[in-house]
Amino acid sequence: MRRWLGVIAAFVAVVTVAFWVATGASRGFTKTTVAVEKTDEVTGLTYRDYERRFVAGVEILGLGLGLSAVLFGASRLCRPRLPPGSGR
Amino acid sequence: MKHLASKLTGSLGLALALGSAALAAPQTFDFKDPKGVNNAVFLLDAPLESINGTANGVSGTVTFEAANPGSLKGRIVIEAASLHVPNPMMKEHMHGKDWLDVANHKEITFEAIQVGKVTKTGDETTTADVTGKFTLKGVTREITVPVRLTYLKDKLGARTNGRMQGDLLVIRSTFNIKRSDFGINPGAPADKVSDVIQLTLSLAGAAPRS
Repeated sequence: MRRWLGVIAAFVAVVTVAFWVATGASRGFTKTTVAVEKTDEVTGLTYRDYERRFVAGVEILGLGLGLSAVLFGASRLCRPRLPPGSGR
Repeated sequence: MKHLASKLTGSLGLALALGSAALAAPQTFDFKDPKGVNNAVFLLDAPLESINGTANGVSGTVTFEAANPGSLKGRIVIEAASLHVPNPMMKEHMHGKDWLDVANHKEITFEAIQVGKVTKTGDETTTADVTGKFTLKGVTREITVPVRLTYLKDKLGARTNGRMQGDLLVIRSTFNIKRSDFGINPGAPADKVSDVIQLTLSLAGAAPRS
């Protein structure tokens, strides 16, 4: 149990960081749209066009790493498996 | 012969006078923009968080006379529900009762009442200070904002692929307002959400010729 919780904690941490990096490693909050700056050729005005794209924010990173830390902590609380014949 | 020449001169003079009167006549520009280019950018830059978004639900009309930019009058309307930030939860809060209350205050408006410090800065551009009534979340305050006006004669055709002919008026302005002046969640901590809102308007209005 102790070992499995440790493995799951590491897996959650790796997946969280990989997901955060893959969606843009944003240091802001999560976004579901991303602004693309454009310029109107006739008037010269700049404007933003929003594209639908998911960008994981720091709260998702924090949540994933927090969950990983909790799992790791729980794994430390589990009693290690004793070798056979240790008397308990 | 002399009589004919005098008649011709008179007719030409009248035509020129009518022509220049038509040129000098105030034009009404419609700022409803089907291309979605017209926009207002808002920025609240607090030490802990920077909120940056746009609004593109722009409409309204402005009366402008190229020969007399100081006579500018009009009203610009921004649909409050068109304010957008990329974070969906932040957007929901921003539209909610404590912040903009867009369900009850559907429009953000600016009505120009006076123009001052008019300076011609180029063939097509003029800068000025426009004083007007700014209404946000049901609160109206008189503010003065710097504007840059660009009059683009005969450029509507280029923007509509020749479907319409006419002139364009581009208005650019950047100014600050205070969140607390308009009752926008005055209790929110200023280190997290700035009290100062920087607004940048980029607008183009069309005056089609019939």
